Amino acid sequence: MQSVYKSKKPPIIVTPNSFLAWIGKSLLIIIGLAVIYILATNLFDKPFLFAQNVINGIQLGFVYALIALGYTMVYGIVKLINFAHGDVFMVGAFVSFFAVERFGLHQWPLRVFPAVNPFISTVIGTVTTILLSMVVCVLLAITIERVAYKPLRDAPRIAALITAIGVSFFLEYFGLLGFVFSARFIPYQRPFEVVTWYIKNGIYRVQEGVAPPEGAITISNILIIIIIATIFVQIFLQYLVRRTKIGIAMRATSFDKPTARLMGIEVDQVISFTFAIGASFAALGGVLYAIAYPSIRTLMGVYPGLKAFVAAVLGGIGSIPGAFVGALIMGQAEAMTSGYISTPMRDAVAFTILILVLLIKPTGIFGEPEKEKA
Amino acid sequence: MKSFKFLSVLVILSFLLSACGGAGGAAEQKELKLAVLAPLSGPVPTFGEMTRDGALLAIEEWNAKGGVLGMTIVPIVEDSQCTPDPAVNAANKVVNQDKVHYIIGEVCSKASIPISEIANAAKVVQISPTSTNPSVTVDGNGVTKAYIFRACFIDPFQGSVGAKFAMEKIGAKTAFIMVDQANDYVKGLAEFFEKAFVDAGGTIVGKESYTANDTDFSAILAKIADTKPDVVYLPDYYNIVNLAMKQAKEKGITTPFIGGDGWDSADLDTSAADGGYFTNHYSPEDPRPEVQNFRKAFETKYGGKTPDALAALAYDATNLMLSAIEQAGADDTDKVKAALEAITFSGVSGTITFDQAHNPVKSATILKVTTDGVKFESIVNP
Repeated sequence: MQSVYKSKKPPIIVTPNSFLAWIGKSLLIIIGLAVIYILATNLFDKPFLFAQNVINGIQLGFVYALIALGYTMVYGIVKLINFAHGDVFMVGAFVSFFAVERFGLHQWPLRVFPAVNPFISTVIGTVTTILLSMVVCVLLAITIERVAYKPLRDAPRIAALITAIGVSFFLEYFGLLGFVFSARFIPYQRPFEVVTWYIKNGIYRVQEGVAPPEGAITISNILIIIIIATIFVQIFLQYLVRRTKIGIAMRATSFDKPTARLMGIEVDQVISFTFAIGASFAALGGVLYAIAYPSIRTLMGVYPGLKAFVAAVLGGIGSIPGAFVGALIMGQAEAMTSGYISTPMRDAVAFTILILVLLIKPTGIFGEPEKEKA
Repeated sequence: MKSFKFLSVLVILSFLLSACGGAGGAAEQKELKLAVLAPLSGPVPTFGEMTRDGALLAIEEWNAKGGVLGMTIVPIVEDSQCTPDPAVNAANKVVNQDKVHYIIGEVCSKASIPISEIANAAKVVQISPTSTNPSVTVDGNGVTKAYIFRACFIDPFQGSVGAKFAMEKIGAKTAFIMVDQANDYVKGLAEFFEKAFVDAGGTIVGKESYTANDTDFSAILAKIADTKPDVVYLPDYYNIVNLAMKQAKEKGITTPFIGGDGWDSADLDTSAADGGYFTNHYSPEDPRPEVQNFRKAFETKYGGKTPDALAALAYDATNLMLSAIEQAGADDTDKVKAALEAITFSGVSGTITFDQAHNPVKSATILKVTTDGVKFESIVNP
């Protein structure tokens, strides 16, 4: 009689129906060919418009990469999908907004030392603003981790996941209150002016009220800043994880938490540190995103957060290069969808990618099949 | 003795009663009651105050001229709160207790619709100054409510006016439309713009949709840069306008943008929307004498307060009603509604005539956005 409770159910063996699998595979190949066909015809039809779409996708993809890193690192170490990450991104944007709008932090060197060069003042002021956002978000993330996730560390993973969703809703709807950030769409005041250049037989600055010539491709300083910042973050992270003591501790914690603890690693501190690093990148992403698309509101983090999550899954959740590559692919997928199908379709395409990845290769591009731990 | 007492009481009572009745009858002939239902509390009290002030100014001016048909106009102001329940209570009170035959109000469509049901059933003429929802004047079966009118144009009408402005004043031959498919207001304006633009011989070179959550318009803007339209029609609210037009400026797009009254907000980023145009009901800067006289009278009466579109439309709605009563020649709601259906009325917000659905056919004001703020551009007749 006891055996009812003790006996393991026989594993459900899924025998792949070869016919259905064949249909599925050929359907995928047809979709793939159709995508390639659409892209190729458009590439030959209007190569400059195509190049412009690629650049738009790069800008989006690099911002997603900054957010996706936080998802993938936290997942790598505590196997938790931190859904509040997109809202930390939002808080980062708001902190910089208040710093610039209320306190003029983006020009503090000019006010303290009036003799300083305005350009250098803007650079130092902007970096200070970003650092302030990062510090606030780091404190926020560590608080969230200590208050909401740490007590659940030994609970089933589903409990922690639901808590993460709860924290996300809390940040969003607490922010919606009138005395916090309010529900308004707020025009974001940039710390510096966005300058645009067009490329056609050389690089020229776009003047207001003068249209660039036919077949020109436009790029902006914010695009370049986003690319440089993301690449810098990527290199920094590789160095941190591969070469430093804390990086070794992170990898050890990720690999086997109890053993890491036995080896004298302060597992809780390493986990907090991981949350902090992820949050600081999200804050950086939030500020850059708000500068690029200058309207902020409390729910601004929801979609970028979800898409960065898809990017992390696509690249292989837990893998740092995977998050980067996944985000670039997501950026291109969105730019191409809105460029050649329609803008509202891009969210549908983003989440279709998620479903396809989960169906075909749940471990993602760079992910390794997870070993069941005893 | 007893019977004498009883008789005398009866006689006195009857005198009193007849005196009362006489006084009442005389007052009814000299007074015309006009109810003003406005949201003086609730979510939009400033709308209510402006509406009340506009209506009372019109009534004061009529009374100064000797009233309507020799009757003094007595306003009955009730707070309908922009909410269905208080609106129904206010409507029942003025219709059943005060026995009014004419209602000006409400501001919000969701309050005007239940009021219109009560008014129409009681054969009371109602003019809503600012409710734009089509169901205010038309019931669920598409039948026009006989006694209900409005003084403002309905939303999609702005699309037609925008198209006309683009073709006649900007000289546009080609247009590009940006539309949020999930927003009925935006969709309605875009559809009417497209129809009017194509009917007048223009070409729509592109129509792209986005969602209210979007922040990145670069793909749509790349298409605009590629198709080079003469105008872009973007009939959304200011938040989308701020983002889309800022990104357009950064990409060196010089095409003028045109929109609707959703742009009308203190939060509109005038540096981003600089060079754009939008349609609206009224502008206090309109140089026409009707507007300037109204503005002067309003500012004198209310201590320098500049009248907004709500005050102007309430003023027009009240004048419309009183003119119709005068033309009808009697305090008879059937005659007044017939007079309204045939009226041509020149008001602050334009010359008004009514179509089959009791929606006004009237001119719209075009405003231009500059870095110094929003300026009056011109008037466009339908």
